[in-house]
Amino acid sequence: MSRQARRRLAKVGVVAALLVVWEGATRLFHVSPLLFPPASTVLRAFGRSVVEGELPGYAQQSLRVLLAGMGIGAALTLVLTTFAVTTRPGSAVLETLTSMFNPLPAIALMPLSLLWFGLGTASLIFVIVHSVLWPMSLNTYTGFVTVPPTLRKVGHSFGLNGWSYVAGILLPAAFPHILAGVKIGWAFAWRTVIAAEMVFGVAGSQAGLGWFIYQNRFEMNTELVFAGLVTVVVIGLVVENLFFRWVEKHTVVRLGLSAPQR
Amino acid sequence: MADLLRVRDVVLEYERPDGSFTAVDGVSLTVREGERFVLFGPSGCGKSTLLQAMAGFLQPARGAIELDGRPVAGPGPDRAVVFQEFDQLLPWRTVVGNVAYPLRIARGRDGDEALTEAMKFVRLVGLEPFADAHPHQLSGGMKQRVAIARALAMSPRMLLMDEPFASLDAITRHKLQEDLLRLLASARTTLLFVTHSVEEAVLLGDRILVLTRTPGRVRAVVDNPAAGAHHHSAAALAVQRSVQELLAE
Repeated sequence: MSRQARRRLAKVGVVAALLVVWEGATRLFHVSPLLFPPASTVLRAFGRSVVEGELPGYAQQSLRVLLAGMGIGAALTLVLTTFAVTTRPGSAVLETLTSMFNPLPAIALMPLSLLWFGLGTASLIFVIVHSVLWPMSLNTYTGFVTVPPTLRKVGHSFGLNGWSYVAGILLPAAFPHILAGVKIGWAFAWRTVIAAEMVFGVAGSQAGLGWFIYQNRFEMNTELVFAGLVTVVVIGLVVENLFFRWVEKHTVVRLGLSAPQR
Repeated sequence: MADLLRVRDVVLEYERPDGSFTAVDGVSLTVREGERFVLFGPSGCGKSTLLQAMAGFLQPARGAIELDGRPVAGPGPDRAVVFQEFDQLLPWRTVVGNVAYPLRIARGRDGDEALTEAMKFVRLVGLEPFADAHPHQLSGGMKQRVAIARALAMSPRMLLMDEPFASLDAITRHKLQEDLLRLLASARTTLLFVTHSVEEAVLLGDRILVLTRTPGRVRAVVDNPAAGAHHHSAAALAVQRSVQELLAE
């Protein structure tokens, strides 16, 4: 068996062991299912909810809001970083803004967001944009300024400048950094959207996973609270370990681009 | 032959942490249309800096650089540059894609036309089997071939080469020098070539400008009757010796 396959098997083993301990402990110590239902109950509730389309619907809403936020965040990132590398005051503007706003937790902006945008999707999107914009800008900018000088000269000697230079040279050359930024942005956004939904409640006519978890705690459907958490974990795992790894394999690895050091 | 590039009393400086540093001090030279002009000098004599200024990456502190009688204000596709560094190819484009790209953006060719023309030059440098490979799959010598193909394909007024073979092993270097001679014979592009190798200077240059050590000043311009002759031929050895003596003075 290859080392990779062994590692994968070991990970599956860890999950299986966790489930067994969970199931065994809750049954052995007669833990109240209202506080900590056994794994089997949670998985049954999860399965039922998935089949009925309840959880997928909530997850879809959360993802839709998240993607809208990331999309707007990416567009603003592009504007901000292009401005930063093509104009003289631009880099000072970007560096100041990111160092000011990057440490500010997105959740802390929710009261303001509610004040400005009211109770609705717009408020959620606002905090997600904030959560992704600064880390993505920081990574993209780092990617831009670390493009090898030779490659920059090549671009200029082709007659590229301004936006054509950014699109033709900087963006593709900085792609590994940008991808790293999008990965961090995703991780921030996913945590932010779940947390924000709990505070915002129903955003318009549809609600997301955060609201699903919160609402079920309110109704003491603890197994559905757990099922919601399982969904959050599963989606996180799929995006981080399958989607981004796939993108990496077909871009950074295939083209022999150097991944950013971390 | 008409004058193509004129450099007049150029002073080049760049900023260093300990103040500004003069790399080239009062250099004048003229490159004629169609000739192969070599800038030769020891390491740190400012010959690469001078090429950077001709390419437009650096503005002279004093003096003027003119191409076709117009001042060089910045980089542009009329002066194709081949660098020493292997990372001058765009890693996300294939070999033929690297050659085709500037044809599209600088020469306004459409996609298919650019690819067909690029393929011609890829074939010319002997890399047809690698046309669809990406740069990271190539050896150093092959990367430099692609860079040369790309520069030639742009059909520039002038080809600027900044020690393109300096990072290669001796065998590959000799092969590429010969191939460059062959390519230039058919292209008749004006060449400005920077090197610190006297053998390379004498092999490639119709005229060789010898620069002094820091800051770079013109020691002499040598007419080279041995251009294209073998490194060890009597004619080449004689010019090599006189160039080296100029440097030692």
